[in-house]
Amino acid sequence: MSEPEGREAPRRRANQEMLTNEQLNPNVLEVEDLRVRIASKRGVVRAVDGVSFEVPRGEALGLVGESGSGKSMTLKAVLGVLPPEAHMASGQVRLDGTDLVRLSQSTLNRVRGPKISMIFQEPMSALNPVMRVGQQISEGPRIHLGYSRARAEERTLDLMRRVGIPDPERRYRAYPHEFSGGMRQRVMIAIALSCEPEIILCDEPTTALDVTIQDQILRLLVRLCQESGVSLVFVTHDLPVVAQVCQQVAVMYGGQIVERGDVHDVLLNPRHPYTLGLVRSAPDVEYVQDSLRPIPGAPPSLIDPPDGCRFHPRCDFAEDDCRTGTVPLRLLDGGRATRCLHYERCGEALAADRAAQGATQ
Amino acid sequence: MSTVSLPTGTEPGPGAPVVPSAAGRRVGRRWYRQPALMSGLVIIGLIIIAAVAAPLLTSYNPTTQNLTASLLGPSAHHLLGTDQLGRDTFTRLLYGLRVDLRIAFIAVLFPFVLGTVLGSLAGYFGGWVDVIVMRLVDIVVAFPFYVLVIALVFVLGPGERSIYIAITIVGWVSYARIVRGEILVAKRQEYVLAAQSGGLSSLRIMGRHLLPNVISQAFIYAMSDIVQDILAIVTLGYFGLGVPPPTADLGSMINDGQNFLSTHWQLTTIPGLAVVLVGLGLSLIGDGLADILRPGQS
Repeated sequence: MSEPEGREAPRRRANQEMLTNEQLNPNVLEVEDLRVRIASKRGVVRAVDGVSFEVPRGEALGLVGESGSGKSMTLKAVLGVLPPEAHMASGQVRLDGTDLVRLSQSTLNRVRGPKISMIFQEPMSALNPVMRVGQQISEGPRIHLGYSRARAEERTLDLMRRVGIPDPERRYRAYPHEFSGGMRQRVMIAIALSCEPEIILCDEPTTALDVTIQDQILRLLVRLCQESGVSLVFVTHDLPVVAQVCQQVAVMYGGQIVERGDVHDVLLNPRHPYTLGLVRSAPDVEYVQDSLRPIPGAPPSLIDPPDGCRFHPRCDFAEDDCRTGTVPLRLLDGGRATRCLHYERCGEALAADRAAQGATQ
Repeated sequence: MSTVSLPTGTEPGPGAPVVPSAAGRRVGRRWYRQPALMSGLVIIGLIIIAAVAAPLLTSYNPTTQNLTASLLGPSAHHLLGTDQLGRDTFTRLLYGLRVDLRIAFIAVLFPFVLGTVLGSLAGYFGGWVDVIVMRLVDIVVAFPFYVLVIALVFVLGPGERSIYIAITIVGWVSYARIVRGEILVAKRQEYVLAAQSGGLSSLRIMGRHLLPNVISQAFIYAMSDIVQDILAIVTLGYFGLGVPPPTADLGSMINDGQNFLSTHWQLTTIPGLAVVLVGLGLSLIGDGLADILRPGQS
């Protein structure tokens, strides 16, 4: 239940309503059978189609996939900020055991910020252009933690120092356009951390930044989350970034999770041909040039997805049984799961790859 | 025209900038390089100074009659002559500007606030709130502006209060439309999503995050709306529906002078030109502000 010493009133209320037992449940966030439908002129788009995952306390889960695979929609659905044309057809989003989907708007507003927050891809558009950054960072503590203006400012300056913004006293009064891209993303991180959440959802937070800044921001994010025990859900299409940040990874394709497991197991030893394709199409300077192999074809239509395995039209290993029915997510040993009927072929293909590379070197 | 601003031209000091502080922050560093804005500010600044300093610029009382000195031509004693009741025209012009400008500046506030609030609610929440507000807008827009204002003041009875009520009822619709449209665009921005993700209430997102981003468009419109309001106030005065006599008012001055148009043209023409000059000055300010505040221009 809530801490005995009791924090500020709004936070205590939120805790009481959530009726949780933080010690018993090892997962901060559990998402079950999430389905998001988007109405469009050409039909109903099944943007997220039965996604389930859980995030252990203090760990980082990567959600990987190409554009349109449903990664961002999943995050928005978790937070309950879907665009008006999208709606959640089914699913549970349990934060500390409480289903966020069933909370009222005002209760949800007390959870968003102090318990769960989000970092966006474009730090420019995600910051209000006509509000001073200091005000934007201090808004959360003032509303959710009940801080006075002076105390919130003190906390904001402290946060700005922690995320590495130089000269915070002066920058407090600056507007977002006076910041560089990397500095803006630091501001976003400060906002996300401002109410000490348990979990932060990151929607490709470094994609819009240039590579040198990317690395700084990632290191900062990982360090701050480890310091304060914050869990992460990290959406990206960048495999090296996942390896750097996350312990667990879930690969998404066509609105579904196709493979899941420990990040190093999955990336070094994929058990789904799509993951294999992603690994092969990631450039690697150490290997020879022809090791870069793109996945043929285009992502499936989510209005009328292919029968059977959604990846079969692009898959080298597809057999007749891949083309009909539905392929479920199968649990494997070592906490892994795959949606492939012939996953052992991936291991063979990878072994062949390595043998070929060994031969050329 | 020059006769209007000539006496005030000797006033020391530059025209006071009338840029309200809310927009002042967003006005770029080079606002003073805008020729339209600068000339508008000078014109309106001088007129406001003249109107406010009226008791210092003239020794006559705008309502005291002197029937022995009626319908005099311009002279050193009476710069613009006197009307049929012997009242100094220059004095009545200054006091008339005072009354009309005050009413216009107050009258523009109510529709601005009402329209902005209703437009924000309609744009942000959509659904039935939007339907109700926009149907109300349609009803008001179905009538021509002046017809509705004059009819409303006629029903409510002449006087300042009626003018405020009538202009509010008719004028809010334009602000509601502008703000609703701007909110519809702005609420799709990612910073709104970020604010929602931060657990902020809808009212706070509207008031603190959206409104400051969209208010400049409503503000630009207010600058042209105030011109329309001044014309409406003068028109009502002309029809005898404005501020009751003997208080000086440009509309009633134009009407009073009408009977003497062939012999004493200045009685009607001078207040008419004053209205034109005020309208010109405010339009120039509106154009200049639009250039500065319009998105995508720096």
